[in-house]
Amino acid sequence: MVVTLKHIIFLVCILHWSLGQSETIEVCESCEINSVKDAISRAQATDTILIKKGTYKEFNILVDKPLTLIGEDYPIIDGEDQGEIIRVVSDNVTIDGLFIINVGTSYTSDHAAIRVVRSENYLIQNVVLEKLFFGIYIEKSNNGKIYHNKIIGDAKDEYNSGNGIQLWYSKNVTVDRNIVQGVRDGIYLEFSDEIVINNNISSNNLRYGLHFMFSNDDVYTNNTFENNGAGVAVMFSKRIKMVNNIFRENWGTTAYGMLLKEINDAEIIGNTFEENTIAINIEGSNRITYQKNSFIKNGWAVKVLGACYSNKFEGNNFLYNSFDVSYNSKLNDNVFDGNYWSNYTGYDLDKNGIGDVPYRPVKLFSYVVNRTPETIVLLRSLFMDIIDFSEKVSPVFTPDNLIDANPLMKKVL
Amino acid sequence: MFKIFKYSFFDLMRSRWSYVYFLFYLILGFVLLFLNNDVSKAVITLMNVIIILVPLISTIFGIMYYYNSKEFTELLLAQPIRRSSIFMGQFLGVSGSLLLSLVLGLGIPFVSYGLFKSTAIFDFSLLLVVGSFLTIIFTALSFNIAISNENKIKGFGYAVLLWLFMAVIYDGLFLMSLIVFEEYPLDTFSIAATMFNPIDLSRTLILLKLDISALLGYTGAVFKGFFGTNLGLMTSLLLLILWALIPIWRLIIKSQKKDF
Repeated sequence: MVVTLKHIIFLVCILHWSLGQSETIEVCESCEINSVKDAISRAQATDTILIKKGTYKEFNILVDKPLTLIGEDYPIIDGEDQGEIIRVVSDNVTIDGLFIINVGTSYTSDHAAIRVVRSENYLIQNVVLEKLFFGIYIEKSNNGKIYHNKIIGDAKDEYNSGNGIQLWYSKNVTVDRNIVQGVRDGIYLEFSDEIVINNNISSNNLRYGLHFMFSNDDVYTNNTFENNGAGVAVMFSKRIKMVNNIFRENWGTTAYGMLLKEINDAEIIGNTFEENTIAINIEGSNRITYQKNSFIKNGWAVKVLGACYSNKFEGNNFLYNSFDVSYNSKLNDNVFDGNYWSNYTGYDLDKNGIGDVPYRPVKLFSYVVNRTPETIVLLRSLFMDIIDFSEKVSPVFTPDNLIDANPLMKKVL
Repeated sequence: MFKIFKYSFFDLMRSRWSYVYFLFYLILGFVLLFLNNDVSKAVITLMNVIIILVPLISTIFGIMYYYNSKEFTELLLAQPIRRSSIFMGQFLGVSGSLLLSLVLGLGIPFVSYGLFKSTAIFDFSLLLVVGSFLTIIFTALSFNIAISNENKIKGFGYAVLLWLFMAVIYDGLFLMSLIVFEEYPLDTFSIAATMFNPIDLSRTLILLKLDISALLGYTGAVFKGFFGTNLGLMTSLLLLILWALIPIWRLIIKSQKKDF
């Protein structure tokens, strides 16, 4: 991340030095140059355009030279719902400190506040977007950075709203310290590899906080996903690393903290899942490592829906979830080992910190609820406890090899 | 009525069983808190205890008290006192002493453990409210059984059966019917069926607090309307009050007509 930034600065410096004559063009409402478009048409490559405080009613601004656009005190660029606002088609463009509002909604083209097309080494930072359709749309553009932006949408329905930050066929992009709210997908990646997503806050989005499709080798760490339709959806992707993220209060009938579908070889480490309806929903996902995650007060901590093989759950905390693990089949090829389960009732006579009796995380009741969802109203009733107990003693409906042979007696820190 | 209430209440307060009941809750509360070190987990365990034990103890206590004080009741009936005040006084005496044991027994350990500083205070007070309702409802039901059965053994049998039915068998039948009719839309039925059992009703009230994230996982507009809004809380509380009032009302009617 730091390397990329330095890299960019270095490149910019080299360019400045080699050309040797970059100028600063000022734009303000009362100046001779009173529109951004005008400034761009007059500018030479590597020039800086300084936009002073004011309101500029412009759209379809085409940045076709390596320029630096800097806003002073957040000048407003108002697209008046006409369409796309800024389109970058040149390498080495920096956009900094603008306030962009009123992106046009269209059902045929994806209008964005800032769209980068087939360009490299771009930097978009300190930008505030409001009343948008798509926010920042990166199209077939590699090696860029999207840093410290704030995107606040007012999306009502999925069909006529866009995504906050969208990466399409782009490689090696850093998305860092952004705040995305009230759009369809907070951050959306499609066919984008080697993306680093850190320290973002994605909340109150209609669909997903973060959405991966056909994107491989990506990393996301220290992000917060709160109250989205689903926190993070990872679909049809390989080798994704998910570390130290927080997933909170994703409530509702199809709400998940994390939705994994056709994911292979991922690592999920040190995340916190708190009060989600389903913390992790897994479907057709193989060879995933789950370590040191905390599942706190979720409806379902882990819901496994078939075709999941060779997943490992080690050293996680399962605290006060209504259901720890739910399976819809009798087959199990996943390993649960050395986790802490708050529902564990065994003992530790040899005092080695590991319970002497194995723990069965799948209750019969979760099987019953999968079959007849209305039975959820019988949660925590004595009758259910009795049949859960009898199932625990001799498993008939739940996978009998699904046990944690080494349940911990104390929380993993 | 107040005199009889006072008499019953202090009579029970002096009896060994009130202390046993009080000490049981006191020890339970302390043990739960010191073993768990976590108020929110203690609240979950406590819920299981309250939902099962409070009805059982109230039923048995109520029926025992009625049969034991039968001779005294007959003596009172010979006096110029209204029948409703005799029975209401006794009923209030029993349920009042049980309530006091419950609230003090659980309250003292939790308060001394720093409940007021913890976020679980609402969950805990809900537990106490539910426990109080269950005490009143099941004492009233046991008085009803006792007044309708002269035979002690029979009355006792019915009372235990009532508890067993409400606590276990009802849920079993409920589950069976849900599974048998799983092809049909069942969400209205399942909510309605919960209403006909005070134990289920109390459980629902607590679930609304503890497991709301799981309850919202089910796709259904009726569920969503019931559990997702305050409607669930309001309806459940209202029905609990109804569950308390109907047996008391029947007790009064029955006592006035009964030939002693």
